Amino acid sequence: MKDFLTGNHAVAHAVKLCRTPLIAAYPITPQTAIYEKLSEWEASGVLKGIMMRTESEHSAMASCIAASLTGVRTFTATSSQGIALMHEMLHFAAGCRAPVVMANVNRLLAAPWGFWADQLDSLSQRDTGWIQFYCENGQEALDTVIQSYKIAEQVYLPAMVSLEAFFVSHFMEPVDIPEQEQVDRFLPPLDLPHKFDIDKPGFFVPVVSSELYRKYKHMAQESMDSVKEIAVKVDQEFKEEFGRGYGMIESVALEDAEVALVTAGSITSTARLAIKNLRKQGNKVGLLKVRLFRPFPVEAIQVALKGKKKIAIIDRNLSLGSGGIFCQELRATLIHSPDHPLTYSYIAGIGGTDVTPEVIQKIAMEVMSRTEPVDKPMWVME
Amino acid sequence: MIQPEQQPNLLRSGHAACAGCGLAIGMKLVLQAMGPRTIAVIVPSCEGAIGGVYPYTSYGVPTIHSAFEIAAPTAAGIANALKIQGRDDIQVLAFAGDGGTFDIGLASLSGATKNNEDIIYVCLDNEAYMNTGIQVSSATPSYAWTGTTPEGNPRRKKNIMEIMAAHYNPYSATATIGFPRDLQQKITKAKNIRGTKFIHLLVPCPTGWRTPSDISPELSILAVETKVFPLYEVEDGKRYTINYEPRHLPIQEYLVKQGRFRHLKEEQIRKIQRDVDEEWEKLKQRARPSPKTRAFS
Ligand code: SF4
Repeated sequence: MKDFLTGNHAVAHAVKLCRTPLIAAYPITPQTAIYEKLSEWEASGVLKGIMMRTESEHSAMASCIAASLTGVRTFTATSSQGIALMHEMLHFAAGCRAPVVMANVNRLLAAPWGFWADQLDSLSQRDTGWIQFYCENGQEALDTVIQSYKIAEQVYLPAMVSLEAFFVSHFMEPVDIPEQEQVDRFLPPLDLPHKFDIDKPGFFVPVVSSELYRKYKHMAQESMDSVKEIAVKVDQEFKEEFGRGYGMIESVALEDAEVALVTAGSITSTARLAIKNLRKQGNKVGLLKVRLFRPFPVEAIQVALKGKKKIAIIDRNLSLGSGGIFCQELRATLIHSPDHPLTYSYIAGIGGTDVTPEVIQKIAMEVMSRTEPVDKPMWVME
Repeated sequence: MIQPEQQPNLLRSGHAACAGCGLAIGMKLVLQAMGPRTIAVIVPSCEGAIGGVYPYTSYGVPTIHSAFEIAAPTAAGIANALKIQGRDDIQVLAFAGDGGTFDIGLASLSGATKNNEDIIYVCLDNEAYMNTGIQVSSATPSYAWTGTTPEGNPRRKKNIMEIMAAHYNPYSATATIGFPRDLQQKITKAKNIRGTKFIHLLVPCPTGWRTPSDISPELSILAVETKVFPLYEVEDGKRYTINYEPRHLPIQEYLVKQGRFRHLKEEQIRKIQRDVDEEWEKLKQRARPSPKTRAFS
């Protein structure tokens, strides 16, 4: 069924369709509409389950982890300061191997205050052990939440679905809402092997020796690595059931591209338009969209960018003292590339500033004419 | 009816608490009264040390060693998940220390209590951060020595029971290990009430209180008899019941036995006595049925 939905409401629909019985949340702009919609459905009985209206995001995550380990599917949504407050529990969720799924509406981090799109909130949680997806629009956010449960519940790692503030969270678009039967077919009920067992008392989260901690982390790394394969498989299954698929990455007009742009999130949509314009003018520019950020799809990106001479990474985020975070990852991915491509880092759209097709075209043309490497990130200030 | 003390011991021997630890005695009594159909939450504190090091544990019920400030929302998450699964014969018990309750976990405890989550929350109060080596918490009594109050604690102990009462939760009670029957009866009562139950359990700590290891139960009794720690219940935030009439022993009898109060001056002892007497009067006022209620009953 098609409906006209905001990104936030698309996410809420996904959670309902996954029959998630336990939701714990705390309000924060611009995520609150997800929390409100799910509360409304819980109150009216449309959503069968319990909404825990906690006193903080930190407690919301604590409750999700605990409920997950009791064997029920859980969800929370947050943004910005909320995900920063959760930080401790994000590590805990991954360490407990709890397949919690969370939507994060990318909003800048204070100070100074603002409500605008910026990916630093979730990207600065990159080392917490969560699977991370970045979505381009509401449809993708809805579909990715459903896929995330299927992936997380196979590898026993939590998954985060990010959508940008306002550009996606509040923007209304026609969204295809899958049928309940389809989702039921696609997503089996949660069956967690490591849950509380009243008849076989165990002890969760013990104090361990250094060697055991190392072993444990190593096992978690192997599980995280396996996500790349599983994510592709789940995406294919999704495509078969729903007719839509996204991949971990997406290549747009890359085959003959002299310049490859790399984007994540909503800037991708704008970049698609920019590429069309550039191509019309005869400029061979292509695009690589990165959808899965953790685990970083290194091998897939190496293949997709094979032979490319110039790559421009556009980051709506900044690691102060370093640069754009997608750029860091991309440079690390290509370090052994025999082609030694020139990689240019552009910081654009920070704090929700507008990134128009013209801005992206300008970046592409600039890179086209560059011959020397530039180490430092270049700021787009228009 | 099987008395709680006849039920199996769910805190196995071989745990790592110090000799004479009141906290371990408290946990043992609580778990015994809870029974085996319990899922327990513990947080970083001496509870963790008592839990043991992998692959050993002394807990006889399924237990999670959660993070410091989230005993209540962790327990609430489990309780709600059990409700979703229709497993209403399992109780969820949260243990947190005074630091995890009075300080870092206060907001999350308040949040869970506001929602009246169906859990039994037991604050094991040894009156300082003992597991990190004796630092002041907001449960530390006036003038007590700790590693971070070398001159004695300049502030009074926070009244956690009044904070809990302000949530109008169905049941809160004080208890201490020197009155084991009272403690276990309160746990049994709490098990039969739905909503957030809070037990403020005073547990003497030989290491932190600077006391010999064989007097923890005696100190616990003295805390009650000197009115430092009266035994009472609060129902729905308004009905107060004093469970035991203390012998009104002078405060010195309690203080003199503890190294942490060794440096106290006469006037400080007098001040503590005044505070204790004043609190007792206030409690008696609250516990007294109002004349109006009496006229109607
Ligand atoms: S420090 Fe105190 S509370 Fe902790 S184990 Fe030792 S005696 Fe018990």
